[in-house]
Amino acid sequence: MDNQESPPVLEMRGISKRFGAVQALSGVDFEVFQGEVVGLVGDNGAGKSTLVKIIAGTYQPDSGRYIFEGEEASVSSPRQAANLGIQTVYQDLALCDNLDVVANLYLGREETQPVIPGLFDSLDEITMEQRALRFIRDLHVNIPTVRSRIATLSGGQRQSVAVARAVMWNSKIVLLDEPTAALGVEQTHQVKDLILRLRNQGLGIVVISHNLADIFDVSDRIIVLRLGMRVATFNTHVSNPGQVVAAITGAVFGPVESDTEIKKERGDEKNEQ
Amino acid sequence: MNSEIRKDHRAEEMSFFGSLAQRLLHGDIGSLPVLLGLILIALVFQIANPNFLTPLNLTNLLVQITAVGTIAVGVVLVLLIGEIDLSIGSVSGLTAAIMAVISVKADMPGWMAIVACILSGALIGLIQGWWIAKLHVPSFVVTLAGFLGWQGALLYVLGSTGTVNLSDPLIVGISNSRLPVLAGWIISIFFIAGFTFFQVREQTRRVRIGVPNQTRAILIGRAALISIAILVVVGVMSVDRNPSHTVPIVGVPSAVIFLIGFILIFDYTTQRTKFGRYIYAVGGNAEAARRAGINVDRIKIIVFILSSVMAACGGILAGSRLYAVNQSSGSGDVLLNAIAAAVIGGTSLFGGRGNIWSALLGALVIGSIANGMDLLALASSIRFIVTGGVLLIAVTLDAYTRARRELTGSS
Repeated sequence: MDNQESPPVLEMRGISKRFGAVQALSGVDFEVFQGEVVGLVGDNGAGKSTLVKIIAGTYQPDSGRYIFEGEEASVSSPRQAANLGIQTVYQDLALCDNLDVVANLYLGREETQPVIPGLFDSLDEITMEQRALRFIRDLHVNIPTVRSRIATLSGGQRQSVAVARAVMWNSKIVLLDEPTAALGVEQTHQVKDLILRLRNQGLGIVVISHNLADIFDVSDRIIVLRLGMRVATFNTHVSNPGQVVAAITGAVFGPVESDTEIKKERGDEKNEQ
Repeated sequence: MNSEIRKDHRAEEMSFFGSLAQRLLHGDIGSLPVLLGLILIALVFQIANPNFLTPLNLTNLLVQITAVGTIAVGVVLVLLIGEIDLSIGSVSGLTAAIMAVISVKADMPGWMAIVACILSGALIGLIQGWWIAKLHVPSFVVTLAGFLGWQGALLYVLGSTGTVNLSDPLIVGISNSRLPVLAGWIISIFFIAGFTFFQVREQTRRVRIGVPNQTRAILIGRAALISIAILVVVGVMSVDRNPSHTVPIVGVPSAVIFLIGFILIFDYTTQRTKFGRYIYAVGGNAEAARRAGINVDRIKIIVFILSSVMAACGGILAGSRLYAVNQSSGSGDVLLNAIAAAVIGGTSLFGGRGNIWSALLGALVIGSIANGMDLLALASSIRFIVTGGVLLIAVTLDAYTRARRELTGSS
């Protein structure tokens, strides 16, 4: 990665978080660079969701530093994270099925035009539609029209709209929670293409997934959490799934020799889903 | 459905029938069934009794549905956010009683009585909406309690009198005036001209910045249909409808103007403003709306206020038409007819789907059935059974198209 000589866009240092008796995260470091895709993996309960929710501003860490673009930031709500340029796409997507693509992209930030200046505004549908159309084309998101209702779209198209909405507002970092769960092969492919295009536009992207094959397809680095600690970091381009699985499960490190072992471990990883 | 195929953007300019077919395929049938139903009902009654499609009867029919249609406008708003309001009948009775008592017993000016009526409606809506949004009590229960409670308040306000006869010219005039024929034509011409002007302006802007939406043929066709409909309706109400032709009875009744006015105002609000967009968003996915930064509680409370205010307006129209408010005002089938009208008109009980026009269309269906059966001198037993059947068909269509949407949506 050429960009990694510059400092990371987002840097988390020594993040700890405790829920009652459970130490969800202990002293975790995390960083995302501009124009890279980070795969965040780990077994259930490893602390992935907790870490993402802290980055997204939903949770506050007990201790640790939140550094955005080289400066200490205090993020105590999702709105503050969004203001920094950090957007999260959760599994349930948070789209309104009954509204069309334009309305969903602009939900909560509609463009308006004055009807009676200073008193009363109406929606500026044409401006919204024009920008949405251009934006959707730039991202090569594949939908029938921007006036299609979400209910009429496929799962992959919905995921694409949700991601498009997340990156539409000058985002610098997008967190994707299980973006390909419940998608078919072709639709998974679409979403992965979209992730790579966004990376090439210079966004930092964090992908949480149980599906190592997808992680290997899109990510540049893989960060492994286990029992609330960061146990390993892989350069995706020179690693293999066996090594990552070993780090996830806490098995012995080192290169995995035999194919049968890889198959066995891939089977394990599938069982975790 | 293979929606993965990337379509050429010119395909967005679908033909009228193409887009219709597409919408039907997705279970997005809108007002089509109720329009067909209305035509069918009109044909059946006209064959059974040739007096059905006369100017006198059609005008009467429109005046008869104004109160229920107005209340149904509020019901549509409540259904759009995925809630229900069972208190509207009682609220329309209570607020009308407040108006009557202030006007007649306290002998205050009519406009004050009307303002007090609407404000008390707003206050009731505020209380109910706050209770539902902030205390998270289901709207079914809160408004069921309101249904009983406001009914009791109505009896209390009327006291031992039981019936208050209205005499204030302003209040009585609301439902019992007619627009001069010339004024009716001028208003409709202005409306058609304004509608066409804004359509042309929007289309010009769309073409200029390259966001095509519909073909010119569809736009012209739609504008022509709407213009013809307005002119026919105004025309029917502009001929002398007095059967004996002794004293001419002509002009659009004022109550009809009020109903159409409410429909236009709320149609604009729901389709063209942020607030309207948020109503649909809350009904479609309240959690998504909340995450998008929309104050969901506030939207809910405002919608319940509007629902009660529209109930109050319906109460005024009904009281004015009957020259009286009594203990049975707003009771009986008012509540159920208003909800049935909204649903028959095509607004979904499941939230987020429908539009304000369904209040008018549904009220027309229910009103036509009642009116036609009265013409045939059929017992009200049959009227109830038929209305119930129509309601059942409408809700079944809603449930069916909803299932259909989910089916096509997940493919």
